[in-house]
Amino acid sequence: MSAPAAAPARGDRALGEALFPYVLRLADTSLVLGQRLGEWIGHAPALEEDLGLANLALDLIGQARLLLTYAGEIEGRGRDEDALAYLRDAPEFRNLALAEQPNGDFAHTIVRQWLIDGWQLEVYEGLTGSADMRLAAIAAKALKETRYHYRFSSGWLLRLGDGTAESQARAQQALDSLWRFTEELFAPDEIDERMAEAGIAPRLGAAAGRWERRIGQELRTATLTLPERRPHPWYGKCGVHTEHLGHLLGEMQHLQRTYPGVSW
Amino acid sequence: MYTQALDVHGREPVPAAAAEVAAAAARFQARIDADEKIEPKDWMPDAYRQTLIRQISQHAHSEIVGMLPEGNWITRAPSLRRKAVLIAKVQDEGGHGMYLYSAAETLGISRAQMFEQLLSGAAKYSSIFNYPTLTWADVGAIGWLVDGAAIMNQIPICRCSYGPYARAMVRICKEESFHQRQGFEIMLTLARGSAAQHAMAQDALNRWWWPSIMMFGPSDADSKHTAQSMRWKIKRFSNDELRQKFIDITVPQARFLELSIPDPALRWDEATQHFSSGPIDWNEFHAVLKGSGPCNRERLEARRSAHQAGAWVRAAATAHAAKQAARALASQEARQA
Repeated sequence: MSAPAAAPARGDRALGEALFPYVLRLADTSLVLGQRLGEWIGHAPALEEDLGLANLALDLIGQARLLLTYAGEIEGRGRDEDALAYLRDAPEFRNLALAEQPNGDFAHTIVRQWLIDGWQLEVYEGLTGSADMRLAAIAAKALKETRYHYRFSSGWLLRLGDGTAESQARAQQALDSLWRFTEELFAPDEIDERMAEAGIAPRLGAAAGRWERRIGQELRTATLTLPERRPHPWYGKCGVHTEHLGHLLGEMQHLQRTYPGVSW
Repeated sequence: MYTQALDVHGREPVPAAAAEVAAAAARFQARIDADEKIEPKDWMPDAYRQTLIRQISQHAHSEIVGMLPEGNWITRAPSLRRKAVLIAKVQDEGGHGMYLYSAAETLGISRAQMFEQLLSGAAKYSSIFNYPTLTWADVGAIGWLVDGAAIMNQIPICRCSYGPYARAMVRICKEESFHQRQGFEIMLTLARGSAAQHAMAQDALNRWWWPSIMMFGPSDADSKHTAQSMRWKIKRFSNDELRQKFIDITVPQARFLELSIPDPALRWDEATQHFSSGPIDWNEFHAVLKGSGPCNRERLEARRSAHQAGAWVRAAATAHAAKQAARALASQEARQA
C-alpha cells in the first residue's frame, strides 16, 4: 500500500466518521477473541497451553485497549476504553462474528484462532504502512504479536490434522462448523473501501488471495479439507451478530452494569 | 502460591550397610549445617528426598489449583486494565507450577506421576483454594492476604538447602510480591470507592481472614515434624512464628484500608510487642484439609475434567511428533540409499 506521510482523516469529517467504526472493528475483534480465550485459562489440555492461551489473550486485550482508546478519541464524545468495552450493547459491537463463536473443544478454539490470526496478519501488515500514524504504530506492535499467535495456531492445526484419527475428525468438524463465518473477513464494504482509498487501510481484495493461498497450503499439510460453501454470510463487522455475543457481553459487562459510575 | 503440611515425611531409607549410610547421612548433615546447597545428583537421605518431593509437588499443585478461583473472575474483571492484570497473574501462577514441577522432577518423579497424584486425590494442595471467589473483592483479598501469607512462607524457602527449589523460589517470590501489591491496590480502590464497594471489600476480608491465617499450618505444638525439616533447612521458621509475622504486618494494612479484621479478640500486646489474636478454628482447618471445604469437589473436578477433555489433544501432539520423526528417518534413509 502506498501511503502519504500525514493522516488525512482528521481534517475530513466524513472520513473521520468512517474511521471510528473501522477502528472499532479491529478493537472489538481483539477484545471479543481475547475474552473467549480468557475462558480457557486454568482449563487447557496441558499447562503449556494454559500459558500459551493466556499469552494470546493478554496480547489481544492489549490491542483492544490501544484501539478502543484511539476509537474514543476519534469519536470525541469522551468515551474511554472501558466505556466502549463495557457500556455498549451487542448491536453496537463491530467484531468479526467468528471471534464471538464459543470455544467449543480445543479444535474449535484453534481453528477459530488460526482463521482470525491469518486475517489479522494481512490487516496489520497492511496497516503498518497506514497514512494514519497512530494506527500504523498500533499495527506494528500488534503484527509482532500476531506472528507469534499464528505460529501457535498453525502449529496446533497441523498437530491436530496430522495427529490421530480423532483429532483429525475434530479439526475437520471445527473447520466445517466455523467456515461459514469467514465470508466477511476479506469482503470489503463501504467502510473498508473508504479506508483503502484514503490510504489508511489495506485493500482487502488483494489480501484475500494471499490469505486463501496460505490457508489452502496449510490445510493440505494438515490433511484437512476446505469446506465448499459459506451458507450464511454473517457480518459482525456491520453489527450483524450471532446469539453468542449477547451472552459473552452479559458476563463481561456484569460489574460495570450492576454498579454504574464507580471506579475499579 | 503456597503449600502446607510441609512436615509429612516419606519412608525411611533401607540401609544396605547401616554404618555406611550413617556416615553418608552425617556428611550430608554437615554440608547442610555449613549452608551448602544440595544438588540433584548429590547423595541425600531418602526421607529428605521424599519430604522435598511431597512439599514441592504440593506447592506446584497449589499453584495449578490456585489458577481456578482467580480464573473465575477473568471474564468478569470490571475494567480492561484489571482483566489484563488478572490474566497475567493467573498465567504467572501457571508458570510457578511449571518451575516447581521441574524442580520436583530433579528428585526423580515425573510431572505425569505428580498430576496423577493430584487428580486421584492422593496429593494435597493448599486448602485456601477450596474457598469460593464470590465477588470481585475476593480477587483483591486473595492477592492481599493469600499471596501475602504465601510470601511470608516462601521467602525463607529461597534459602532452602535444596538448590533447584531455592532457585525456583527466588523468581516466584518476586512475582508473588507484585501479586500482593496488585491485590492490595484492588482492596484500596474498593475500600475508598462507593459504600457498596466498601461493603464488598469488608465481606471479602471477613471470609478470607481466617482461612489465610490457617495457611501457615497447624500450631507448633501440633506440628510434629517441623524440627526435622528445620534441621534439614527445608524450613527456617515455625508455623506460629510465620503466622505472627503475617498478622503483625497485615493488621496495620487493614486499618489503613479502614476495614475491620473479623477477630473480636485481636489486640496489641505491649508486653510482647505483637498483635495477639483469638483462637483459630482448627476443626474447620482439618475438615477442609480432609475434603469437606466449600469447593474441594469443584476444584478437583475442574482439574480432572480439563485433564480428561485434553487427553485427545495430548495424544494428537504425541502422534504427530512420532509421524514427523518417522518421516525424517525415512527421508534420511532414502538419501543414503
